[in-house]
Amino acid sequence: MATTALDHAPAHAHEQSGLWSWITTVDHKRIGILYGATAFLFFLLGGIEALIIRLQLGAPDQKLVSPETYNQLFTMHGTTMIFLGVMPLSAMFFNFMIPLLIGARDVAFPRLNAMSYWVFLFGGLILNLSWLFGAAPNAGWFGYANLTEKQFSPGHNVDVWVVGLQVLGVASLAAAVNFTVTIINMRCKGMRMMRMPMFVWMSFFTQILLLLAFPVITVALIFLMFDRAFGTNFYYPPNGGDPILWQHLFWIFGHPEVYILILPAFGIISEVLPVFSRKPLFGYAAMVFSGAFIAFLGFGVWSHHMFSTGMGPFADAFFSLTTMLIAVPTGVKIFNWIGTIWGGQLQFRTPMLFAIGFIAMFIIGGLSGVMHSSPPADLQQTDTYFVVAHFHYVLFGGSIFALTAGAYYWFPKMFGKLLDEGLGKLHFWLMLIGFNLTFAPMHILGLNGMPRRVYTYPADLNFGFWNLIETVGAFVLGLSQLVFLYNIWRTARRSEAAPADPWNGATLEWSIPSPPQEFNFPELPVVDGRDALWEQKRKAGGPLPEPKHVSGAGIHMPNPSYWPVVAALGVAVTLSGFIVGFPYVNIAGAAVLFLGVFKWAFEPAG
Amino acid sequence: MSHRPFPGRRALRWAPVALSVIALVLAGCSPDQYPQTTLRPKGDFAHLVDHVFRTTFVLATVVFVLVEGALLYAMFRFRARPGAPEPEQTHGNTTLEIIWTIIPAAILAVIAVPTVKTIFKTSEKPARPDLQIEVIGHQWWWEFRYPDQKIVTANELHVPVGKTVSLEMTTGDVLHSFWIPQFAAKRDVFPNRYNNIWFKAETTGYFSGQCAEFCGVEHGRMAFRVISETDEQFEKWVGNEAIGSPLNNSGAVTDSELVAHLRVEGDTNARLDSLMIKGRAAFMAGGCIGCHAMVGTPMAGMTALIGPNLSHLGSRTSIAAGTLTLTPENLARWLRNPNEVKEGVLMKLPRPLTEDEIAVLVPYLLAHK
Repeated sequence: MATTALDHAPAHAHEQSGLWSWITTVDHKRIGILYGATAFLFFLLGGIEALIIRLQLGAPDQKLVSPETYNQLFTMHGTTMIFLGVMPLSAMFFNFMIPLLIGARDVAFPRLNAMSYWVFLFGGLILNLSWLFGAAPNAGWFGYANLTEKQFSPGHNVDVWVVGLQVLGVASLAAAVNFTVTIINMRCKGMRMMRMPMFVWMSFFTQILLLLAFPVITVALIFLMFDRAFGTNFYYPPNGGDPILWQHLFWIFGHPEVYILILPAFGIISEVLPVFSRKPLFGYAAMVFSGAFIAFLGFGVWSHHMFSTGMGPFADAFFSLTTMLIAVPTGVKIFNWIGTIWGGQLQFRTPMLFAIGFIAMFIIGGLSGVMHSSPPADLQQTDTYFVVAHFHYVLFGGSIFALTAGAYYWFPKMFGKLLDEGLGKLHFWLMLIGFNLTFAPMHILGLNGMPRRVYTYPADLNFGFWNLIETVGAFVLGLSQLVFLYNIWRTARRSEAAPADPWNGATLEWSIPSPPQEFNFPELPVVDGRDALWEQKRKAGGPLPEPKHVSGAGIHMPNPSYWPVVAALGVAVTLSGFIVGFPYVNIAGAAVLFLGVFKWAFEPAG
Repeated sequence: MSHRPFPGRRALRWAPVALSVIALVLAGCSPDQYPQTTLRPKGDFAHLVDHVFRTTFVLATVVFVLVEGALLYAMFRFRARPGAPEPEQTHGNTTLEIIWTIIPAAILAVIAVPTVKTIFKTSEKPARPDLQIEVIGHQWWWEFRYPDQKIVTANELHVPVGKTVSLEMTTGDVLHSFWIPQFAAKRDVFPNRYNNIWFKAETTGYFSGQCAEFCGVEHGRMAFRVISETDEQFEKWVGNEAIGSPLNNSGAVTDSELVAHLRVEGDTNARLDSLMIKGRAAFMAGGCIGCHAMVGTPMAGMTALIGPNLSHLGSRTSIAAGTLTLTPENLARWLRNPNEVKEGVLMKLPRPLTEDEIAVLVPYLLAHK
């Protein structure tokens, strides 16, 4: 790389330390770290909620928490894990990795990116601060009408939930626009669509899903907000409203949401497996098109969440068949992953263990999914612990295992240090064992009649034994997360730096120093094939020289800005007015939002 | 079930821990000990569903073993060996990929055919049901009305064995889901809308069911029982329940009818008087009458009340939607402080009942079988 001329030029880097630099940063990598740190904290919070739930259910007829508190706990556990855990943990990788993987210096709209993060943070805070007022959301993560109407939920709990989700929706939509444009427009020379790393492809489909699904939940929530704040009747049956409208709107969002949670995981796995198998991804094109097919079909299956509502045989049959159909591209993915490791030289480093753990667990979640794609069978399984087992195998056994694989895999790139292998393996085995102890027995309980969302169960239904095992498993799972935290803490204290390319990686991020400099690439790369870095190494006939830090003089990077934070605050305050019910709050928030956007628009970008 | 004795464990005092764990796990997997299991169907609807479940379960198990097996095999077979050359850089194999697209599709077709057939079978209302029942969900109890038998009752559904029962279901407030795992499957209930489910019980006995759709604070305590009985038992029950039912002549009942209903062998007129007059007075003075219909009171004829109809409470086996077994002690405990038993219950006493009132109300309610 042509670095000599720049080596002695004056540095033009933006401030990289101090609280203010984090607040004003528009660097996609630092925003990625903010996303990751915040989401991990929320994830731990959701985990603590889960542990309290498990303690309450550890034995029959327990009274550790009140029914009302229990309902708040499971509602917040679900809402937190989905919107504040898995989605923003994926967003961490979108932010940090997509520009690096496609050879770009930043995302298309760096300040919008910052705003997405701050809006997300404020949304998460709105939802969680409600605990302090004893008004945490309590109607379940899919908040079925008409329980959410003022008549049956007079408190502020549901308002908090509506506003929290609306705020988070703004963050998701802004980010989705940003990454869609980034992936389409910011690829380096030679990075054709069909040469993009699979994580970028899966992220791309995720952004499309976000763009199409979030407007639907936004509309559904506005209806609900209007019902509650202004007495409209969208879901209010006495005046002709219909609660089933909510279910359709919610699941038209809710099912694509499931793929929003899992497609990034598919992408991460598709990056990790080839590197640790020493051979390229099997069936690249099939992987792309199966991803597209899943994303497309994801909009045609929503009513399989509603088989017990009595939609009639034709709708049941239609949604059953589309749901079964979606198993085909998902199967293709699993077979292609096995095809990827088949014939390879498998190195069982920690990321690889989590990736293989992902496949093994996701198969189970996928198969139980097929089992309730059949409406008659689903009529027994829906709203029982069988479904709870199913979606935890998909979202924990799937998404969280994959995100953890990604964390171990990309940690050296993000922070310049390798996480400890021994602790990593301990983390993996504890997580695998704890996970299965917690969730496998739920299949048995569900099929034997334990409904979900019950704050307790009578002793004579005999659910005690497996519930106790699950509770023990949940604490093993909790322990595995402590091992992870300890690993991060220990690694942070150690000084050995990781090489730029510790895993013999296939993609562009490994060609630059760790952590990358603000501008990522001193010169924008040019690629001429898939697995661009492997290609370069093959041409060079061996490992490439360790990349050096270079001066960024002459490289134009956007200036830091605090206007995204102001605008984000405006969004959060405007919507929060609907919680407290004072229009002045909405007006004040709108003024802040206007100020933020106005100043942002006329700020020199650097 | 952890406290169920295992004969083997007593014999082998020093049996390895592993053995007892395995025994426990195996015992825990057997559906027979779960009163609410879906895996031991006792009605025609549940059998139809069970058949589809078993087909998918067997296929899923086969696929599970094959795919996880392939994964494990690949992990051991292709683990890195020191000094091994770079593996062959294959990029895919079209034939293979087509095969593993078609095979899952074929397996799914095997599931899809019985699925669609069963969807249509289970969606059809029975043409001529033997018994029609209206189910109304309430926060947090179930109301059952038998329009032809002119009966209104709560939380315990009596059905004659071997007869096709058709349930027309709705709700008085929010969504609930009616679920009797061993007879039928779930159906959600909606305001302003009737959903149907049907079943024919194969055996007599008590069967548990419970609300399966989250419906607010006490969703966890919204259970009910189905009592499947012989024709004679059912007819007897119907005859009994019809006395003073709101659907039967607006609950009108004469004192002599009521006395005949309440009288037990060797009864004294004084006891009967005390039950009927003092009990009724306490029922009204304590405020029960604000929410509950009760035979022999002015509100006997009301159907649209907030709480369950109590006219024949003494014939039920449990109270508070399956929360407590019906015993004099439990009933007194409930009347003393319902929130202590079921925290979120909507039963709001205008004032706490006195111990004297409770002492009168318990026998009064229990005597009305």
